[in-house]
Amino acid sequence: MPQSPPIAVERFVKIYKTDPAVDGISFTLAPGSITALLGGNGAGKTTTIATIMGLITPTSGRVTVLGAEMPRQRYRVLQRMNFESPYVEVPMRLTVRQNLTVFGKLYNVDDLRKRIAELGHELDLADLLDRPTGNLSAGQKTRVSLAKALINNPDVLLLDEPTASLDPDTADWVRGRLERYCRNRHATVLLASHNMTEVERLCDRVIIMKRGRIEDDDIPAKLLKRYGRRTLEEVFLDVARGNGGEAREAAQ
Amino acid sequence: MSVAYKSAVASSARRISAMMLRHWYLLRSSWPRLLDIAYWPTVQMVTWGFLQYYIASNAGFFARAGGTFIGAVLLWDILFRGQLGFSVSFLEEMWARNLGNLMISPLRPIEFVAALMIMSIVRLAIGMVPVTLLAIAFFGFNIYSLGLALAAFFANLILTSWSVGILVSGVLLRNGMGAESLAWTLMFVLMPLTCVYYPVATLPSWLQVVSWSLPPTYVFEGMRALVISHEFRADLMLQACALNAVYFSAAVVSFLQLLKSARRQGSLMQSGE
Repeated sequence: MPQSPPIAVERFVKIYKTDPAVDGISFTLAPGSITALLGGNGAGKTTTIATIMGLITPTSGRVTVLGAEMPRQRYRVLQRMNFESPYVEVPMRLTVRQNLTVFGKLYNVDDLRKRIAELGHELDLADLLDRPTGNLSAGQKTRVSLAKALINNPDVLLLDEPTASLDPDTADWVRGRLERYCRNRHATVLLASHNMTEVERLCDRVIIMKRGRIEDDDIPAKLLKRYGRRTLEEVFLDVARGNGGEAREAAQ
Repeated sequence: MSVAYKSAVASSARRISAMMLRHWYLLRSSWPRLLDIAYWPTVQMVTWGFLQYYIASNAGFFARAGGTFIGAVLLWDILFRGQLGFSVSFLEEMWARNLGNLMISPLRPIEFVAALMIMSIVRLAIGMVPVTLLAIAFFGFNIYSLGLALAAFFANLILTSWSVGILVSGVLLRNGMGAESLAWTLMFVLMPLTCVYYPVATLPSWLQVVSWSLPPTYVFEGMRALVISHEFRADLMLQACALNAVYFSAAVVSFLQLLKSARRQGSLMQSGE
């Protein structure tokens, strides 16, 4: 029997009242791939990611994760997924260890003490484990959120701007850790980001959305070639400003 | 029982205990939260206790009805604080912007509700046990002397408080923090209707019908019968229990429906206004 793709989105539509937030998109992610979901504000990235996580019911179409239809069959796969976003926080009054203990138990992690010690070591949190999360710096809090996202060794990891508001050094450090985790675990990652340096470094595929539709979808090198640009930032601007067609024609 | 079923139950218990642990860590780390749980019930009990003390020394009927006011205050606080304990634990997740993390975790809605129900009892115990001991010390009113009747009163009141708490949490999930005030005020709608401090006969007859449709009314009437006439009205407790079963089921169904609606509206991603 063929293995189900980690994430499959088929003709997915989401309409809030009368406004279509996502308008019939389809894509499938390969196991072990890191894919960027790009788009300006209101492009439909957050709705797409939230639907993949089972937080939103599609108006029509089908979204599956590891073969389970979301949100209907979400409890079959939630244990194998996780999520990190600067817009969702772990409780600030709890210490880092308490937070990781709570989430470890929620995800039914075996040998939780060992796992917390491992994450403490991998994410350079060992000295911070017994400090209240709210007392940490922005960079340290991001590492805690990342530790929470990796507590269950997820096969599917969804990241919404994982390095937003971090200084370049910390952001680079976080990217390195993410890269290493995905390589070692062969995890599939879907990443929404406005940071094109991050996308160029981490992602082997880029999906660009605009007004709820997929505007383009390819590996970074092919996108650069197609638009005749040197950076993904320029490609992004072409698409966001509606110059994508002209740029493609000019490149050809 | 199959191995798979046992394993599912064990996992479920682990997730419920994780949520209890989360709230226990929170309470332990914050003395203002602990103080807040205990101080208002104490103020209430002391105020009403002195009022009753004064009236009892001047009127024969109230002298016979010793403990009615303090009893009513303590039972009302079980109802009110039980709901508040549930709702505040839920609100803590929204204030902490942690709801998204919970909703994408394997935690089931029913497990979430079960953890909040247990935490409401923990919060109630922290707030009410010291107050009941103070009632003995200050006014010689020992609510524990009600014995099994107290257990029946408590069970019925806590069930009602959970029903209200579950419904309010569903509304918060669906409508966000704009509905927060419901968590603090909804129970006060029940105060005049459930006849906390006076018999149901005091109400106009049309309102009595409404009053008898609410489970706490039976508890407060039962408490007065016990304190004044020394009679335990098991019939009242059974009727309260039956009504509670209906309200609790309706609250759980409403919560699940509101959660479903929140998924359709995309409101689980937002915990703001």
